[in-house]
Amino acid sequence: MVAAASPVSRTGQRGLTVSPTFLARRRVVDRTMRVVLFLSAALSVLVTGSIVYVLLSESVKFFTQVSIIDFLTDTQWTPVFQDKHFGIMTLVSGTLMSSLIALVVAIPAGTVLAIYLSEFARPQVREAIKPFLELIAGVPTVAFGYFALLFLTPIFQIFIPGLASFNLLVPGIVMGIMILPYIVSVSEDAMRAVPAELREGAYALGFTRLQTATRVVIPGAFSGVTAAYILGMSRAVGETMVVAIAAGQQAKLALNPLEGAATITAYIVQISLGDVPHGSIAYLTIFAAGMTLFLMTFVFNILAFWLRQKYREVY
Amino acid sequence: MKPLAAQPSRRFSDAEIVTRAHRSDRNFALLGLGVLILTMIVLLSLIIDFMVDGLGRIDLDFLTSFPSRRAADAGILSAWVGTALVMIVTTVLAVPLGVAAGLYLEEYAPRNWITHLIEINVTNLAGVPSIIYGLLALGLFVQSFAMGQTILVAGMTLALLILPIIIVATREAVRSIPLEVREGAYALGADKWQTMSGYILPTARPGILTGAIVGMSRAIGETAPIITIGALTFIAFLPPPPVQETFPFINFDWLNSPFTVMPIQMFNWVSRPQAAFHVNAAATGLILLAMTLLMNAVAIWLRYKIRRSMR
Repeated sequence: MVAAASPVSRTGQRGLTVSPTFLARRRVVDRTMRVVLFLSAALSVLVTGSIVYVLLSESVKFFTQVSIIDFLTDTQWTPVFQDKHFGIMTLVSGTLMSSLIALVVAIPAGTVLAIYLSEFARPQVREAIKPFLELIAGVPTVAFGYFALLFLTPIFQIFIPGLASFNLLVPGIVMGIMILPYIVSVSEDAMRAVPAELREGAYALGFTRLQTATRVVIPGAFSGVTAAYILGMSRAVGETMVVAIAAGQQAKLALNPLEGAATITAYIVQISLGDVPHGSIAYLTIFAAGMTLFLMTFVFNILAFWLRQKYREVY
Repeated sequence: MKPLAAQPSRRFSDAEIVTRAHRSDRNFALLGLGVLILTMIVLLSLIIDFMVDGLGRIDLDFLTSFPSRRAADAGILSAWVGTALVMIVTTVLAVPLGVAAGLYLEEYAPRNWITHLIEINVTNLAGVPSIIYGLLALGLFVQSFAMGQTILVAGMTLALLILPIIIVATREAVRSIPLEVREGAYALGADKWQTMSGYILPTARPGILTGAIVGMSRAIGETAPIITIGALTFIAFLPPPPVQETFPFINFDWLNSPFTVMPIQMFNWVSRPQAAFHVNAAATGLILLAMTLLMNAVAIWLRYKIRRSMR
């Protein structure tokens, strides 16, 4: 920017006048904005730092009262009862069960849709469908919760007699629909990054579209598609309102998807709704639970980031 | 690649192979369409369910009444006012910060480990569950800074939550501007910031606006982080008005007021066993749904217009 300023001042000497105070002020503004913009970008690092700090510092207080071995091995989670147990695996089981149901719905549907959009649909069709998928992603999660509890569960109960009114099956399916647009967009992205030459080569060998998709495009986009599944899992694990509304609040080992069970997120909501005194053991549990959740999603996110980076390098 | 057609051709004629291949192609296309239609049916039935349950409940009284113990008297006045005020705070904080960060990463950032760290960090933040932001706000804003459960804290929390969305949208909008625009500005003697403020930011404005709208629609429907900071569900009063008759006419007391928002009010009603409250929840949900879908539609339309003007 200094280089751009100096020719102007030289022409200034030849007749055109550029006030030196203007140039000085301009330089101050430019330098200031540089710093302001950098600080804004650096703020995001501060946010992550604060998240880790808050979760860690409260979790440390929690683990001075509860042993980490009990936390990881106890099979009961009853922090607000007389007989207190702190087995996080109880909540983790609910979280994993509902997320796996979501993946069972979203992975096949998402993969088929992504292949369809990337390899079969004409561009006009694709441009019409993608906004529709974005609309699904725009629906508030609390609305999906209402839909799961008061619309879908009664319908499912007609076909599945043993289904409780609070269960993990229906919220899991609804979460599958919620993460579908995400899985489709990330995996379609990866499929479209596969070079056209590979497809053309396959067509020239007499491959059909489907054969090209399954034997050339998917192997080529493998790491990106895997990243999409992992990101979908991460979303499902962190999803809160659907399970808080429709999966019930009872913390127990989730072995049967037809019954309700609390997830990590639903537990945090349940405790936050009550009046919990600051520093009490119940208050500390939501941070320990939150730390567990954060670590789970963090591992998924980093794994997916690394996988996506990998396919970007290949092509 | 192994010769794929070689094996079956011993058993089938060439014509049969081609017909079979075409059939499997068509079947897969039908499967894709089927999945798509099924998804559409789910979204449609969600919208229709909310209309059937809630449309009849929406009237002027519902919008101008406070929540009540009797379902028929209850309304969402404090909830929609709370949502509007929280959204003002969120937008005012998130848009300038997000645009500044996006602009820095795209136009200023040197290629070094600090930039790399910030980039990985933004990607990771976008994947952090919203309820974790709620815990951050509870531990930091509410407890450590003793700011209380106020509109300001809720707005700040949601601003942090949608920051990655706005950063990514800004980066994409800025990246799509041709290099010639920058070179032209420099050739005219502009310095970096003049180029940014005079050419890059105005050109990127529609793209940034799209990101801001998507971020706001996400924030409007977000429930979990606001529950976590401990917002009350039963609020039968309004925050102090932001404008007043006497000097200086603007009043910021509302920032420190307790509040509720529409998704929390809806969650509260849906959690009750009585069906009459479920009707209230559906009505609130329908309004929320209409707002978020409308905002997303505007964003999609904007993006479509940008793409057409680029060609």
